[in-house]
Amino acid sequence: MVPAAQAARQAARRRAADDSLWALLDAVKDPEVPVLSLWELGVLQDVYRDGAGVVVVITPTYSGCPAMHAMEQDVRARLAQAGYSNVTIVRRLSPAWTTDWLSPSARRRLREYGIAPPGPISCPQCGSTHTSLISEFGSTACKALYRCDDCREPFDHFKRI
Amino acid sequence: MDDRFAYALALGDDALVLGQRLAEWVSNAPTLEEELALANVALDHVGRARMFYGRAAEIANDGSDEDDLAFGRDCRAFTNLLINELPRGDFAFTMVRQFLVDAFNVPFLASLARSTDPAFAAIGEKAVKESTYHLRRSRDWMLRLGDGTSESHDRAQRAIDDLWGYTRELFEPFAAEVRLASAGVSIDRAAIEPQWRRTVDETFVEATLSTPTESWSMRGGRDGLHTEHLGYMLAEMQFLQRAYPGQQW
Repeated sequence: MVPAAQAARQAARRRAADDSLWALLDAVKDPEVPVLSLWELGVLQDVYRDGAGVVVVITPTYSGCPAMHAMEQDVRARLAQAGYSNVTIVRRLSPAWTTDWLSPSARRRLREYGIAPPGPISCPQCGSTHTSLISEFGSTACKALYRCDDCREPFDHFKRI
Repeated sequence: MDDRFAYALALGDDALVLGQRLAEWVSNAPTLEEELALANVALDHVGRARMFYGRAAEIANDGSDEDDLAFGRDCRAFTNLLINELPRGDFAFTMVRQFLVDAFNVPFLASLARSTDPAFAAIGEKAVKESTYHLRRSRDWMLRLGDGTSESHDRAQRAIDDLWGYTRELFEPFAAEVRLASAGVSIDRAAIEPQWRRTVDETFVEATLSTPTESWSMRGGRDGLHTEHLGYMLAEMQFLQRAYPGQQW
């Protein structure tokens, strides 16, 4: 089942006038979690032509996420490569970013990458649900650090927010 | 000064100054995990400051930007509350301060999310999620420190006793804030106190810590009247931009 937050995003994308811009930006990945595109992460909200330029609307994950700057640069670089140099990036804060925007396939890929996706926590290595919190913050603001009590592997958990 | 500008600036200053104090733990924290946590919480506060300063610069509309506001103003022009600027102290002091401020920020930002000013509301909506998470961690540390060893208990209690007098200011509205309230732009911070007090009392009881009964209090931050500590902090924080204006990485 597709959550409501998901469905709304998918519908907005389907309504988009220009598919090619979306396809270009699908190649831009989260620099910290390179298995997810900015769209799948829920950061990319919209992209459209405005006169001679292109407008990209993004929603930051965490206020202080240093990767946001890298993401903006990557978006500009990707569009520049395709010949779009007049690019405006708009930061939209509301509605605030939520992990509910991660699609089921994005969650699956997170797990395959070794990160336990938001929601009920299980070890991405062995699947055990016996886990302990090591720290509320892991390698990035969006993750917490856990340890599997069965296979003893530490792992990152993508926090639900 | 425009009231909305003053409001955005004050909330930005609160966030930046606390963010800088938290960031001072980088390379000094007791464990690697806590260092990551402190740095992440610091970044959330600095990011929040950027949003408030961005809003302030937009209102000022005089060509200045968020960096000018963060790095180009002197001590007396900062209007943060004093609790945010106190030196980081030991780990207990840092975590007690964080808990007291987080417990305030969660209800405050939740209210700000209902501001009639869409820009303030959006910042509130975004930041309350982060502060909720910060509070979960700082509250947990109250329990671990308070109900831990006698050493950790004593240090946490000392921090509470030292900080208590600085919490009054959290609930004192300043002039611009009062004027903005009638239009629903600003939040009545005095009304937050009962909820804050409940969170604090319940947590301290569980952590075997006591709520101070003394009634001394310090104030002045909103008027630019700071402790002796802020100037030193700004000197370090602003050095690069003062020495090399406009310098970029």
